[in-house]
Amino acid sequence: MTKRVLDFAVFVLLLLAAWEALVRAELWNTVLLPAPSTVLAYLSGALLDGTLLDAAAVTARRLGVGYLAGMLAGLPLGLLCSRFQSARDTIGVLALGLQTLPSVCWAPLALLWFGQTEAAMTFVVVMGTTWSILLATADGVRAIPPLWLRAARTMGSRRLHTVLHVLLPGALPAIVSGLKQGWAFAWRSLMAAEIFITILTGFGLGQLLHYGRELHAMDQVLGVMTVIVAIGLLAEQILFGPVERWLRRRFGMTA
Amino acid sequence: MTEAAAPNGEETAAKLTLRGVSKTFRGANGAVTALAAVDLEVAEGEFVCLLGASGCGKSTLLALVAGLERPDEGEILAHGQPVTGPGRDRMVMFQEHALFPWRTVLGNVLFGLELKPGLPRKSRIEVARYYLELVGLTKFAHAAVHELSGGMKQRVALARALAPNPQVLLMDEPFAALDAMTRERLYGDLQEICRKRKKTVLFVTHNVREACVLGDRVVVMTPRPGRIHGEFRVDLPRPRDINGIGIATLATRITATLRAEEPQEPAR
Repeated sequence: MTKRVLDFAVFVLLLLAAWEALVRAELWNTVLLPAPSTVLAYLSGALLDGTLLDAAAVTARRLGVGYLAGMLAGLPLGLLCSRFQSARDTIGVLALGLQTLPSVCWAPLALLWFGQTEAAMTFVVVMGTTWSILLATADGVRAIPPLWLRAARTMGSRRLHTVLHVLLPGALPAIVSGLKQGWAFAWRSLMAAEIFITILTGFGLGQLLHYGRELHAMDQVLGVMTVIVAIGLLAEQILFGPVERWLRRRFGMTA
Repeated sequence: MTEAAAPNGEETAAKLTLRGVSKTFRGANGAVTALAAVDLEVAEGEFVCLLGASGCGKSTLLALVAGLERPDEGEILAHGQPVTGPGRDRMVMFQEHALFPWRTVLGNVLFGLELKPGLPRKSRIEVARYYLELVGLTKFAHAAVHELSGGMKQRVALARALAPNPQVLLMDEPFAALDAMTRERLYGDLQEICRKRKKTVLFVTHNVREACVLGDRVVVMTPRPGRIHGEFRVDLPRPRDINGIGIATLATRITATLRAEEPQEPAR
């Protein structure tokens, strides 16, 4: 594990060193791409004056709320689709369609419906999250071997108990990969929404990036991009890493 | 389900009673009569093997007694009460282990116990551990299902079926997918467990010797439509050895009956 972390660190450092060297040798126009040291200077400044942390906190809160709401909608609807053909033919098909729609397309309507509010932001995130979680849940539950259900029935499992103790845990590998995909979509949706929708109740990472563009401060744009990538990587490791390791241990999957 | 006071009548003697049970499956290729007017009685504490080639309806019969399927005609009684669905008094063991991979070995044995009302968590774990010991898997309580061998998985499935303390054990070719050596060891274990726990067992198999080793009685079934063709009482002392001469003699006799029953191929 430590070796793998080390490998990655060395790789990133080499990449940055090469980039820095190219800029210093003036082979590269700094207007187009500032040096890593410039970006680092921006980052440390923004970190110290609190801009970055405040923006990250606002973004994290929006993401958390939207993702949770999307999950709370996606899981039960997915379960519904897994059990009833009529739900699959209606909600299921709709979900399949809406999943292909980049959720930032909802931004104009969200602004119209909710105004320049947090609700508009949340709505766009929910529209990005729900469908992939719904579809993964529906497919995962449908793929459960009927024998598990028969065995559970003989032991006295019924309705809600079967849902909570057989269907959901049985579909867990599929649900977790759906949740991961939902997370990725939520993250993308929120960044797009923050860049497109200007609201006054909070100043997120996306908005920080947007103003970097307006001011032609590419060090800021790159700095915020770095933070976005770092948060994404961390979330992946912290949120999904342990769950996936547990799944591999229990289910014995090599995936 | 606790044992209800036995209703008046002659049903009390038999643990399981099937009267005129028929079952037809309707599929894309027309209707298949899986069982036609089957009568069967299994006494309390008796080990009955249902023996027959595939398609003779023996697994269907088991599913009916388990309450997983409903008969089209006839009636099925367990402890004198009509079977209307699955019940903890009749636990099932399948050919495939049907264990839940998201639970540990112990967690699987606990599944049925968690559904038994009025059992505190501590006693559930005690009971589960007792049955794990009975099948010799104490050391694997916290192992994941996929880490076990095929034979060990079936032992866990057996412990899981035994844990809620059912009066009747329904076994659908539980050892068919195992290698011969593992299987033979499990024959010994199963006989020992049934002696200790006094279960009424209905055991489905297509293996003649297996039926002779395990059963107090071997009920032979024939296909198209599934019927009971005859039965053999196995009066051999236990524990029985699958390679013993007594088993071999009986198995030969049963095989001969089955052969005689096979439809003659028309000459071409």
